[in-house]
Amino acid sequence: MITQMLFSRHEKKVLWAVALILLAAALVPLANLLIPEGNFFHVPGHLVPLLGKYLCYALLALALDLVWGYCGILSLGHGAFFALGGYAMGMYLMRQIGDRGVYANPLLPDFMVFLNWNELPWYWYGFNHFAFAALMVLLVPGLLAFVFGWFAFRSRVTGVYLSIITQAMTYALLLAFFRNEMGFGGNNGLTDFKDILGFNVQAGGTRATLFAATAIALALALILSSAIVRSKYGKVLVGVRDAESRTRFLGYRVENMKLFIFTVSAMMAGIAGALYVPQVGIINPGEFAPANSIEVVIWTAVGGRGTLIGPIIGAVLVNFGKSIFTAAFPEFWLFALGALFVATTLFLPKGVVGTVQQFLASRKEQRRADAVERAYQDKAAAEAESRLASLEPQAAE
Amino acid sequence: MDAKTSRSLLYLDGVSVSFDGFKALNSLSFVVEPGELRAIIGPNGAGKTTMMDIITGKTRPDSGQVFFNGDIDLTKKDEAEIAQLGIGRKFQKPTVFESHTVWDNIELALNRKRGVFATLFYRLTAEDKARIEEILETVRMTARKDDLAANLSHGQKQWLEIGMLLAQEPKLLLVDEPVAGMTDAETAETAILLKEIAKTRSVVVVEHDMGFIRDLGVKVTCLAEGSVLAEGSIDFVSNDPKVIENYLGR
Repeated sequence: MITQMLFSRHEKKVLWAVALILLAAALVPLANLLIPEGNFFHVPGHLVPLLGKYLCYALLALALDLVWGYCGILSLGHGAFFALGGYAMGMYLMRQIGDRGVYANPLLPDFMVFLNWNELPWYWYGFNHFAFAALMVLLVPGLLAFVFGWFAFRSRVTGVYLSIITQAMTYALLLAFFRNEMGFGGNNGLTDFKDILGFNVQAGGTRATLFAATAIALALALILSSAIVRSKYGKVLVGVRDAESRTRFLGYRVENMKLFIFTVSAMMAGIAGALYVPQVGIINPGEFAPANSIEVVIWTAVGGRGTLIGPIIGAVLVNFGKSIFTAAFPEFWLFALGALFVATTLFLPKGVVGTVQQFLASRKEQRRADAVERAYQDKAAAEAESRLASLEPQAAE
Repeated sequence: MDAKTSRSLLYLDGVSVSFDGFKALNSLSFVVEPGELRAIIGPNGAGKTTMMDIITGKTRPDSGQVFFNGDIDLTKKDEAEIAQLGIGRKFQKPTVFESHTVWDNIELALNRKRGVFATLFYRLTAEDKARIEEILETVRMTARKDDLAANLSHGQKQWLEIGMLLAQEPKLLLVDEPVAGMTDAETAETAILLKEIAKTRSVVVVEHDMGFIRDLGVKVTCLAEGSVLAEGSIDFVSNDPKVIENYLGR
């Protein structure tokens, strides 16, 4: 039943996008590792984690789009789920350092030794196992989203109020993670990672593999999202977005509908964060900053919310722009980002992908209307001819 | 519970509700029998929409009893539960899913399991397909089944919404001003449609259009200031001096 749901109904566009992403998953590592430096097709080593970072952001934007674009829940706190997934991965990577830290303590990460802690806090147990950490990458953001959503959706908090409390949630986590007593490295966060699954995180091969893993995760998430939004459940979500009370009076439990997609989306964001951390080499409380979550909203809006490919394109484009812009005129990036958001809202309310789709649809509609018009004229001409033909013998008489 | 409540489909007794001191309903009592088509008239602010809000679980009454199908206490249930029990509601302003096609609108309304996982793994069966086609035929929307609901005219949206309510297979249908903004031809068609629908279920229609109510030719309840002013045939009610003073005369 689940496989049938996952593989049966996808738009061609989505399948193309999946194919492209998988192609990138294969080509970028190959071009990095096998093509010699100096060749035009060589992808330099520093570019691989950067591209990987873009894809992590794309996955985060896709997750946000599921709740915002399809269900109308504008979450301004999705960065929190991303950061929690990142911290879960960071904790695993910290435990992998072992006694190679500055203080050479085999059990405690450096920051704990520095704080004069003698034992590992209970919530760090198990993170030396990759499987446990991977589970937490899903469970921690998922559980937070579930509990948060349970209360928010049941009390029917919607619209701008919901956005504000999601923002408050990520801000509260930011403040909490800043505290040294929390046991997550405080201000500095978690860094100086050495190995992941026994491979050096700095090594070219590991980075190429992490890129490929990110691309594959994005492709899988895209297939899952497509299956969800094309199902009847996905149609109900859009119904909730467009006419919540109608959905409710049809007998749907709107709060459960929202809760499910919110939790799934948070888990996807958690995976994005977990893939992000080994590629950038650090996770700190700054990832919880409300501004980060707002940036995700901008990527999604620019790409086109309510489309599956839009947020991916938006995240990659805006972050590519950011990389270039911050190198050339670092002071002006935030102004540029703000201007981009204003311009998108004013001129491309459906985003890049939405606008292209609309254009194609209107052209198709135009062609259809033209065809109908032509058929009508042909029919009228044929009728006139046959009438003329029936008149002619009379005229001859 | 007396015999009267258990026989009737919908039973409201002494229902009162106030908003910020304003008494929207004042000890309202009202009974609908199974298979009945009932029209409700009354001036603005008489409590017509509030009454529908109470029946469908959107608003909780301050006092009074609301029973459905004999002994189901509606005051303890929420909108989704009440909808699943078999009460459908049409809003004053046509409310359809604009970014879905006409077909999808009906499909979503179809009376099937409504849980997250039931909808996630739902597949359109031949039976459901036939049912949707039948409903599209009833509300005369077959030709437009692939169009987005957003592209329908006002009257067509009203019909689509009625179609969605039919798909819900309710025992009781509450219809709030179905012909507001419709042309005369559409209004007459709607009267025929509602009478057709009322053959298999109870329907309560709130309407201002007296001509339309006359077309329906059913028992009329006139509300004013939150309680029942008069009840009976359209001629009886429209000749009632209190009704003339409160509603028709103005």
